[in-house]
Amino acid sequence: MNQLIISAAVEGQSPLLPNPWEMGVVFAGFAVLMFIVVKYVVPMFEKTFAERAEAIEGGIAKAEKAQAEASAALEEYKQQLTDARAEANRIREEARAEGAQILADLKEKAAAESARITAQAHAAIQSERQAAVVSLRSEVGTLATTLAGRIVGESLEDDQRSARVVDRFLADLENQNAGAAK
Amino acid sequence: MHLPAILPWGAADGFSKQMLLVILSVVIIATFFLLAARKGQLVPGKLQFAGEAAYGFVRNGIAKDIIGGKDFMKYVPLLFSLFFFILVNNIYGAIPIIQLPSFSHVGGAYVLAGIVYITWIVIGVKKNGLRYFKLATVPSGVPGYILPIVIPIEIISNFLVRPVTHSLRLFATMLAGHLIVMIAGSGIEYLVMQENLLLKGTSVLVLVGAIAMYMLEALIMALQAYVFTLLTAIYIEGALHADSH
Repeated sequence: MNQLIISAAVEGQSPLLPNPWEMGVVFAGFAVLMFIVVKYVVPMFEKTFAERAEAIEGGIAKAEKAQAEASAALEEYKQQLTDARAEANRIREEARAEGAQILADLKEKAAAESARITAQAHAAIQSERQAAVVSLRSEVGTLATTLAGRIVGESLEDDQRSARVVDRFLADLENQNAGAAK
Repeated sequence: MHLPAILPWGAADGFSKQMLLVILSVVIIATFFLLAARKGQLVPGKLQFAGEAAYGFVRNGIAKDIIGGKDFMKYVPLLFSLFFFILVNNIYGAIPIIQLPSFSHVGGAYVLAGIVYITWIVIGVKKNGLRYFKLATVPSGVPGYILPIVIPIEIISNFLVRPVTHSLRLFATMLAGHLIVMIAGSGIEYLVMQENLLLKGTSVLVLVGAIAMYMLEALIMALQAYVFTLLTAIYIEGALHADSH
């Protein structure tokens, strides 16, 4: 090292004076480096940076799109839910109204039926009564005529015979009644 | 310090260790960044991440912050190459055995400062036409009677002194740092060789000092690469926006 310092002194040259060969080497070396940097290094780094920026921005855009889609879907579901609720309410109302209608119809129908049956019964009773009256009337006539014939046809001298006639008449009447009842 | 030339061996002139280191630096930088940038994956691996961080430091930390605007990308390659070329060549000085920052020889510093000098003048003229020289030397808002003093000062400071300080700042810090570390090394060697034990013991003090200086020099090596690149960006920005300065 001592020799080095000595040699520096021995050179006797101002340190500000350059060695032209060294200048040439530095210039050439720097030119080569610049060439490589301009041609390869900077474009490659810039390409990577641009791609990365694009990837990040693309990712953000994608996320925003997904977000928008999700909120749209949510909106749609909410809408559908509201619609479904309204639909259900409507159906329920309709069913209630229909039920009431059916009930009213049935009641009306039942009332009509009962009225009809009552009227029919009345008519039947009326006609039977009429028939009974008619038949009774004719029968009573016949009976009276028969009884009168009998009474007139038989001798009414003794009480015994008279009693027998009345008894026979009553028995006939009973038999007739029993036959009519059958 | 001035190692003998490799070809022809030991001669004062010729292909020196310095030149070999400069060429080696180009190989190192190109290899590292080509490997780091080659894959270009969206999710970077370790190497690519390191390369991107280094590239992004110059691109965003220097070019974008200082030059800004839309067209800072045009100057990124120059600033990027300058920063890493100077950084690697300076760091040589902190690596044992190599221990030689390339810019401790003034030639390289002249070359780089010259390239930057021509670059910003060309940019200024392209952007503003020949009016650029008026913009660069006649400050606006200065009273007319001071102009005869101010204009020569501006011409000297912008067009004559600027490239000189730009190059010598780099060269001088590297040479000085190199000298200090080397002198400390020689001092330790000298003191250890002494017969007197006490005197021998003082070498420990020098060693501690030398290590501190070595750390400081390593910091300055990185800092000077940054300063040189930063000044380049400031000069380019000044040339681009000469009418607003």
